[in-house]
Amino acid sequence: MIDLEPFWLSFKLAGLTTLILFSVALPLAWWLSQTRSGSKPFLEALTALPIVLPPSVLGFYLLVILSPNSAFGTFMEDLFGVKLVFTFSGLVVASCFYSLPFMVQPLQNGFETLNRHMIEASYLAGKSKAETLWRVALPNIKPSLLTALIITFAHTVGEFGVVLMVGGSIPGETKVASVAIYEMVEVMEYGKAHIYAAIMLVLSFVVLLTVYLFNHKQKSKIGIV
Amino acid sequence: MIKIDMEKQLHGSNGEMTLGINMLVNQNDFIVIMGESGAGKSTLLRCLAGLEEAEGSIIVEESIWQDSNRTLPIQKRNVGFVFQDFALFDNMNVKENLLFVNKDETLAKELLEMMEIEGLSNRNVQFLSGGQKQRVALARALMRRPKLLLMDEPLSALDPRMRHKLSQKIKELHRRFGMTTLMVSHDVNEAKNLANRIWFVELGKVKEYDTAYLEELYG
Repeated sequence: MIDLEPFWLSFKLAGLTTLILFSVALPLAWWLSQTRSGSKPFLEALTALPIVLPPSVLGFYLLVILSPNSAFGTFMEDLFGVKLVFTFSGLVVASCFYSLPFMVQPLQNGFETLNRHMIEASYLAGKSKAETLWRVALPNIKPSLLTALIITFAHTVGEFGVVLMVGGSIPGETKVASVAIYEMVEVMEYGKAHIYAAIMLVLSFVVLLTVYLFNHKQKSKIGIV
Repeated sequence: MIKIDMEKQLHGSNGEMTLGINMLVNQNDFIVIMGESGAGKSTLLRCLAGLEEAEGSIIVEESIWQDSNRTLPIQKRNVGFVFQDFALFDNMNVKENLLFVNKDETLAKELLEMMEIEGLSNRNVQFLSGGQKQRVALARALMRRPKLLLMDEPLSALDPRMRHKLSQKIKELHRRFGMTTLMVSHDVNEAKNLANRIWFVELGKVKEYDTAYLEELYG
C-alpha cells in the first residue's frame, strides 16, 4: 500500500505557499511594474535571488534565521509559540522565500506589458491605485496570473534542497513527496521510488499542460495565434 | 477660464528641449493643438490631466490644480481624456466600460445612443472595429460629465469616412455638454471644422493662430 501522506503534505505546503505568496507578491509586483524609483533594480535582484542561489545556500541561511537561537526564531517562539525549524510552519516560511520569484516575475511581466493608457484611463475615471489594480490590471493579465499561481504551486511541490535543510524528514510533519523519494532511493526501494516519481511526473505535466492550454486559448481568443 | 503657466523638460526624438506654455483657455473654447511630432503636444495634454509632472501652475476657474506647493491628483481633476489607441478596458463589455467610470445607467444609455452604438452595449470591446472603439472611448470620457475634455489624436487611427463622421460627433458633444475641449490633431481640415482657436507647438513654445491664418496658410 502506498503511503500518500507525503503527497498530501506537498500539496498542503504548495497550496499555503501559493496563497500567502499571492497576497504578498501582488502589491510588490504591481509596485515594481509602476515605479521609476532607483531602488527597483535592487529589489528585483533581491527577489530573483532564489532562482540562482543553490537551494543549500538558501536553506542554510533560512536555517540560521529561523533557528530558535536567532532573534527572529526567539521572537516567533516567545510571541506565537511557533517553532520554525523542523516543523511544517518553518517549511511554509522557507517555501515563501524560495518560490517568491516564481510569483513576482510573471505578475510583474504581465503588468509591464499592459497598455499603460488603460491604467491611466482608470485613474482618469477617478479610481484609486488599489481599485485599478483589482478591477483593471489583474483581470487583464489572466494568463500571467495563472502562470504565477500554477508555477509557484508546482515549484513548491518540486522543492527538495531547502525543504530537507529546514524541515528534515519527519513523517507527517515535514516529509514531503520529494524527500520521501530521496529516502526510498537511499535505502534502494526502487519500486516504491518509481511509483512516487511517476506520480510526481504525471501531476507536474498535467499542471504545466493546463497552464499552456489556458494561455493558448486566451491568446487565440484575442487573435495573437 | 483655465490659466496654464508651466514648463516641462522633454527628452524626445528632437533631443533635449524645454516646453514652455503660458496660455489662457476660455470656457467653451475648442482648441486644436497642432505641430510637428515630438513637439510636446501630447505632453501638454498629459500635464493638464495630471498624468505627467511639470513645473509651474494650472488654475481652473477658482481651483488650483497645480502650483509650487501642491498637485491635485489625477482622480480629482475630473477631466475627460481620449487616447489615440482608445485604451478601453478589455475585460469589460461596452456598457461596463462606461459604468466603470460612473454608475449612471441613464447617462450611459444616452451617450451610447448619441454615439449610435447602443446595439453594441453587451459586446466585448476586443471585437469592435477601430471606429466603434473610439466611439466607446469618447462616450466613456464623458461619463463623469467633465468640464474639460482632452483628446490626443483621437481620430488618427481611423479611415477618412469614419474620421469625418466622428469629428461631427465630437462637435456635437462639445456643444451639448458645454465643455472646454483641447484636441491634438495633424489634420488641417479637422482643425478648421472644429476649432475656434488653433495652437501651434513649435520649438518648445506654444503660439496661437486664428482659423483665418490657417486658411491663408493651407488654402
